[in-house]
Amino acid sequence: MAEQAEAGGGKAGSAQAGLAQAGLASRFLTAVQELYRRPASAIGSTIFVVFVLMALVGPFIAPYGSNEQIVADARQPPSLDHWFGTDNLGRDIFSRVVLGARDVLALAGVGTLAAVVLGTMVGLVSGYYGGWLDEIVMRFFDSLLSLPALLLALLLLGSLGPSRNSVLVVITVVYTPIVARVVRSVVLSVKTKEFVEAAQVQGERVWYILFREIFPSTLPALAVEGSLRFSYAIFLVASLGFLGVGVQPPSPDWGLMVKEGRANFTQTPWALYFPAGAIAVVVIGVNLVADTLKQILQVPSQLKR
Amino acid sequence: MASSENEPILQIEDLTVGYEQAGAWREAVRHVSLGIPPGQTCGLVGESGSGKTTLALATMRYLPEEGSVCDGEIWFRGENLLGLRSREMRKIWGSEMTMVPQDAQAALNPSVRLGEQVAELLRHKVGLMDSEARQRTLELFERVQLGDTERVRDSYPHQLSGGMLQRVLTAMAISTKPSLLVLDEPTSSLDVTTQAVMLDLFRGLIGGQQQTAVLYITHNLGVVAQIADRVAVMYAGDLVEDAPTGDLFRRPLHPYTRGLLDCVPRLGENKSEVDLRPIQGQIPSLEELPTGCIFQPRCPLAIDICEEYPPLYEAGSGRRSRCHRWEEIGHEEVSASQPVPEGVLVQGADVEEDVLDIEGLKVHFTEGRTLRDLVTGKSSRKVRAVDGVSFDVGRGRTVGLVGESGSGKTTVARAVVGLAERTEGSVKLFDVELPAGLKGRTSDTFCCLQIVFQNPAETLNPYLSVGQILRRPLQRLRDQTPGELDQAVEDLLEAVHLSGEYASRLPGQLSGGEKQRVAIARAFAPRPDLLIADEPVTSLDVSVQASILNLFNELQAEHAIGTLFISHDLAVVGYLADTVAVIYLGQLMEVSEADSVFDPPHHPYTEALLSSVPLIDPQGEQEEIRLEGEVPSPSEGISGCPFHTRCPRIIGDICVEEIPPWRDISGTDKRVFCHIPEEELREEQRRTFRFSE
Repeated sequence: MAEQAEAGGGKAGSAQAGLAQAGLASRFLTAVQELYRRPASAIGSTIFVVFVLMALVGPFIAPYGSNEQIVADARQPPSLDHWFGTDNLGRDIFSRVVLGARDVLALAGVGTLAAVVLGTMVGLVSGYYGGWLDEIVMRFFDSLLSLPALLLALLLLGSLGPSRNSVLVVITVVYTPIVARVVRSVVLSVKTKEFVEAAQVQGERVWYILFREIFPSTLPALAVEGSLRFSYAIFLVASLGFLGVGVQPPSPDWGLMVKEGRANFTQTPWALYFPAGAIAVVVIGVNLVADTLKQILQVPSQLKR
Repeated sequence: MASSENEPILQIEDLTVGYEQAGAWREAVRHVSLGIPPGQTCGLVGESGSGKTTLALATMRYLPEEGSVCDGEIWFRGENLLGLRSREMRKIWGSEMTMVPQDAQAALNPSVRLGEQVAELLRHKVGLMDSEARQRTLELFERVQLGDTERVRDSYPHQLSGGMLQRVLTAMAISTKPSLLVLDEPTSSLDVTTQAVMLDLFRGLIGGQQQTAVLYITHNLGVVAQIADRVAVMYAGDLVEDAPTGDLFRRPLHPYTRGLLDCVPRLGENKSEVDLRPIQGQIPSLEELPTGCIFQPRCPLAIDICEEYPPLYEAGSGRRSRCHRWEEIGHEEVSASQPVPEGVLVQGADVEEDVLDIEGLKVHFTEGRTLRDLVTGKSSRKVRAVDGVSFDVGRGRTVGLVGESGSGKTTVARAVVGLAERTEGSVKLFDVELPAGLKGRTSDTFCCLQIVFQNPAETLNPYLSVGQILRRPLQRLRDQTPGELDQAVEDLLEAVHLSGEYASRLPGQLSGGEKQRVAIARAFAPRPDLLIADEPVTSLDVSVQASILNLFNELQAEHAIGTLFISHDLAVVGYLADTVAVIYLGQLMEVSEADSVFDPPHHPYTEALLSSVPLIDPQGEQEEIRLEGEVPSPSEGISGCPFHTRCPRIIGDICVEEIPPWRDISGTDKRVFCHIPEEELREEQRRTFRFSE
């Protein structure tokens, strides 16, 4: 099996064969190796890892507290003392960006995870049973998808009231239909395959067929969709913060910081640039990873040979 | 450039073609030399992975990007093709060098009318004016025997059947009077009756074009025996033998050719009389080619000298063989036949009880209505996939169900296992009526009734190991304790001739034949009483096919189970089955015991099938009964006998109006679904085929 994983070569096709054949642990390792083989995804993965580390050990890196005011240093441009400068209240922007990572990544991550779990369940069941159930579920999801994500989010927040939990609910509701559709489309193509029919003919129960026979085939698509959704969720959290309906002040939320920075743009432009840059960099990083995952995992079947 | 009479149109010299794969260089074709003079048809035969398609593509300089010619020369009408630039090649393609591909649907533009596609070619390559081109198109369609030429001209590809599209492509290929015509498995995806008509057509066209050299690529030995003047046999990238067709089939000089010929069941052979001898081992992958003669690890005649790579020996009378021992083989001092595998035992089946009883089985599907149907208020159409089929399978017996595509044979299988719900009729397992669908079937039923599917690539879950796949039915349906499981899995693998270490492998690491073996092991895991095999060998190479057929024989004799074996291949069904049932448009046409299937009288449809199978014997004689037209759609609802629209022996209105009776043929166990009385059939029909010798 080790040989199989190593033989993964530079070609996407063989990499996928390697992934499908190795065990779980070595499959993960192969995926990481594969990510670091390409420059784009190596950069993306590094960015992602740096931000995750920032979220985990932020308080140890940040020189100041998120709401610590150094009144004497207010409105300072970037310097050796304050790497990213200070805002008009005298808060250290570098500290706020570092400490804000935890909030953004946690909200986007947990929200996406919930959407992926829920979407997978719905997609599996709806795709497998088909018929009226599928029709009703999918038309309902279509109607949700017909609204722009931000509009739907604003509608929901209007009734839930702005809070962290509401943001989580919003991400889940907005992204569940999208994940469900992706999973469903895989289920539709897999459920008529002979190995599924073989399980049916041996009298397997539905849950076994769904999770043991069909679910593994959805993993590649799910990994790609999940990582894409994650990057959009970061956007969404930031957008909601910027609009003032998401995370509330004085949290060091990046979206919120952009909003505040914008108000004082002429005096302290750096208060806008750095949080906005953080959003851009992390989203680009995750997107680069998602792109590469797509190349590695979703190869058309002709190339596999 | 004018070439003299005998000079070959195509001369390949010492050609080696390689592909770049994962950074390494793999030679897919090695040191091949081959010449085709004008007017000759050269058949190129080989199993998958033998390099025959690579050779053809390289010859046409049409290799994919990662492939290239490493060594050798290709002379085409006195010109070295390898020296030409792609602009010059483009002039040759489609005019002097044309090709008929395997997949006609993919080769034609789906959004352009067929007439325009041909006319375009004539304008560009022949230089005809618009009106001339259109006129010539119709003439060409006539030449390839497309009945209603004007309708074909105005049709789009999706409106015609595969056989008709293949004719359109043939028309395009001959339109420019090419010097070289490459036919790449042009009949492989067609039904056997259509294939016979196409082969006739090719033979006629080739005969009419004396200046054309033809390269016919196929894996089917019967087809090549029927159409080629000379046959070149490829194995794992080597040209192993090259001989005039008659000589090659009568007295092959290479052990691989011998092996190929021995592992295909001939039409009319039965397991009770003939053993299939599969070629032992596997075709080597390009990464690990054996040293010396590449066939040596599988060769029954391998000796010390075979460690050296053999040259292509000139073996007299235009024959060549890449075997050190060709002289001994030629003089019959040694036998190049593969050994008969041990364990193949065929027992006379004794019918005591019926495992499966099917009575008046009907499966009708309702076609979904299109938006247009909804608007015009058309009611949904019924597709009568299976329309009244009755037969039974006895314990220890094999019933072969044979039919062409769309005949409903797979639907019968699915209705029995419950994957398709029957509309009418009864299916009884040991005299107990089965529920129509999967719902309501007990685990006893699941245990008794197992199925092996057609497509090895899809039959195993790519994410589960072989051990996991086999353990599950043992655990669930046979209540084995975890302690016994590993041993039971090993036993199962052993029964299908795989070693125990396969349990840890994933399906991606297995070859097609091995996957099918695991699928058979999975079906045998719950110890079924009835096994349904839906085209289990169709997508396998012939040498693998032989070993799987032997495996079926062996397991069946050992466990005395009933088998319903479904296939489109009459020779395979005739070989394996005790009873043969022929199905057409959802209804049985004939049911017959194995010993009388191939003797007249037949149902006219069976007769046509038998005379359409290409015999693996260039000197064999065969009646020429060809079916006209297309198989009607099963949604049409045909009155009287379902075969009357194409029957060459139709006797009048009675066939159109009345449902035929089942006639028992005296002196045999044969029953025929036909209006023609037995005596008349007996009088008019002869044995449809006869092998030489």
